[in-house]
Amino acid sequence: MSNYEIYIAIVVMTLVNYFTRVFPFLFFRKNELPSYIVFIERFFPAVIMTILIVYSVKDIDFSLAPYGLKEIGAILFTATLHLVLKNYLISIFAGTIFYMGLVQYL
Amino acid sequence: MMGYGVLGFAFGLLLVSFEYSWYLAPLMSLFIYAGALQFVAINFFNAKVGLVDIAIATWFINIRQSFYGLSLLKRFKKTGKLKPYLIFGLTDETYALLTTIKDDDQLKKRWYYFFLIAFNQSYWFIGSTLGAIVGSNIKFNTAGLEFSLTALFVVLCIEQYKNLQNIVPFLIGGVASLLALLVVPSDKMLIVSIILALILMFTFKKRIKNE
Repeated sequence: MSNYEIYIAIVVMTLVNYFTRVFPFLFFRKNELPSYIVFIERFFPAVIMTILIVYSVKDIDFSLAPYGLKEIGAILFTATLHLVLKNYLISIFAGTIFYMGLVQYL
Repeated sequence: MMGYGVLGFAFGLLLVSFEYSWYLAPLMSLFIYAGALQFVAINFFNAKVGLVDIAIATWFINIRQSFYGLSLLKRFKKTGKLKPYLIFGLTDETYALLTTIKDDDQLKKRWYYFFLIAFNQSYWFIGSTLGAIVGSNIKFNTAGLEFSLTALFVVLCIEQYKNLQNIVPFLIGGVASLLALLVVPSDKMLIVSIILALILMFTFKKRIKNE
């Protein structure tokens, strides 16, 4: 994107992001929530996080060697680290350094 | 809260590793101020994603934030002029902090909220600015740095699972995204995944709720 397009994109993200935060203050002052909103509220965050993991590795070609094994390995490494140590900074940083090692030295 | 500065640093570093100007980092941290979204935004810039797609993706990536406000409606009622900023600052971390503080109806609380949120944002702002400046001045091999985005989502996903204890939404997200990856060009993949996932969610509504 050109700088100009990036500025416009930042404006769009700023507005939509603020909209998601101000939404309940605008629309749900008194009323009970419709059931489909409660449903999305509860389960969609899990869905979108899974989608975003796949999205973040979408440009990897899984049909060519090493068949995305570096990515899958680093994801498993990060997940294991997070389950064991439960510290999100350690998981993110160690996971990233692990992956950088894989792509730079293997 | 320190974590915010460190994560911001990683964001700044990643942004300039794609040759974008360093000042985009403070600009984004000032106006957008959303961790995961700012990381994804770098991909939007790289892939020249259209504005409508950006708007829809932003909405769904951050839809969880709509529900943070719900539990704070009462607390923020008497915050007057500060309210728009308090709402603006409702990130994952800030929400987690706010809900651990007991609400006692004092009017002074609103300034307490304000400073808590402003400090949080300043950590993020300073971290990302430093990351961007350091990254544009010190050259090192950044190949693989983009994995910080993946790692962030892996962590958020595990945290979601701990809350939910229900595997079905994760399966839906997985199926929808893999299907989208196979059938549409990669720049449309996020939007198509979101739409597919919503369709699947409402198709299997009972299944999800009964797990």
